[in-house]
Amino acid sequence: MTTQDTQHLIETLAGDAPPVKRLRPPLLRAGIWLLCLAIPSAAAIAAFADLGVFAQRIHHPELVVELIATLATGCLAVIAAFELSLPDRSPHWALLPIPTLGIWLGASGAGCYRQFLIRGMDGSWQLGESGDCFMFILGLGLPLTLALLWALRRARPINPLPVAVTGALGAAALAAFLLQFFHPFDVTLMDLAIHACAVALLVLMAAGRGRMLLK
Amino acid sequence: MRMRAAEADVATEDPDRPWSALMTAAQDGDSTAYARLLREILPYLRALVRRLGQHPNEVEDVVQDILLTIHRVRHTYDPALPFTPWIATIARRRAIDQRRRTGRVGAWETADSDTIETFVDVYANRRAEVRELRQWLAQVLGELPPKQREALELVKFRELSVAEAAAASGQSPGAIKVNTHRALRTLRRLWDRETT
Repeated sequence: MTTQDTQHLIETLAGDAPPVKRLRPPLLRAGIWLLCLAIPSAAAIAAFADLGVFAQRIHHPELVVELIATLATGCLAVIAAFELSLPDRSPHWALLPIPTLGIWLGASGAGCYRQFLIRGMDGSWQLGESGDCFMFILGLGLPLTLALLWALRRARPINPLPVAVTGALGAAALAAFLLQFFHPFDVTLMDLAIHACAVALLVLMAAGRGRMLLK
Repeated sequence: MRMRAAEADVATEDPDRPWSALMTAAQDGDSTAYARLLREILPYLRALVRRLGQHPNEVEDVVQDILLTIHRVRHTYDPALPFTPWIATIARRRAIDQRRRTGRVGAWETADSDTIETFVDVYANRRAEVRELRQWLAQVLGELPPKQREALELVKFRELSVAEAAAASGQSPGAIKVNTHRALRTLRRLWDRETT
């Protein structure tokens, strides 16, 4: 390639440069996306969740912490993904959901420990309802991830991998948060492992296919 | 976001505001402003890509890749923010991509500059041949004596008459004829050697 080619390229690009619609600020776009998810989610919870059982479970402080941390991880990861999709944003945005992710895992672990103290190892490693939890997180997390990546595509990220990974983490965390409203029992060790596997699987899938989906 | 050392070094003056204004106009569809912006940022991009450690032969490739990326993502620039970090990040990313591509190709392929690529498309072959011929011609013209080269260029390349060439060069019309003839004879001899 020569400098003459570059000059020719500039003329070509300038000749094909219709007005473009500027992207709205990433925080606003993330907020709109989360709001679009919040409205149907609230309706689904009101219609289908067993709120009586949920009200009994919520007395445990570690569950409250876990719920808040899960929701915060989801929201912060979605915000981070929108920020990372822009060329001039720091890659450190990818670290935004990490502290709450740690709290989420810690609180879940504490819940398991409490179960262990009460019930010992009985049932801790039985599959039980964990398969349904896995399918819930995957079944809801996958379309949420695709919807989020579709929204992020508009920025045409120049480095798609961290965008896809943080986006998938956000979608998976939000699915795990919603699961709690349809989860009428405390988290066992098996539950925790299955939840973590479902989230990790979504993140890995996004890491593998995100580049293609964000093109 | 803070600019890194390489970017700070090449951004000696602060052209950020005019560039930002040009980009804003380009986003609104002003193609003249857009062409001007892309031309103005070229030296900055070349310097930045070189400072990022790109091989000199690949600088222009990376710069063109950056220009294409800027074109593709120009809607993401926020006029309220500085322009230089925006293009610097794109440039850094494209330089990294180019190095990865070069590394991958280098790991699996061996360069063979003597082999002329052949394509099904006849015109592709012809372009490659013309490019080679030009390179050869530039090389042998450099080996000709200056007066022969001058005479050849004026009479054969610029298609001036002998009288016009004589007036332009200060050589006599006779000298122009002789030098043109000798230059052509030398070129013919070199071409025969090249092709046999």
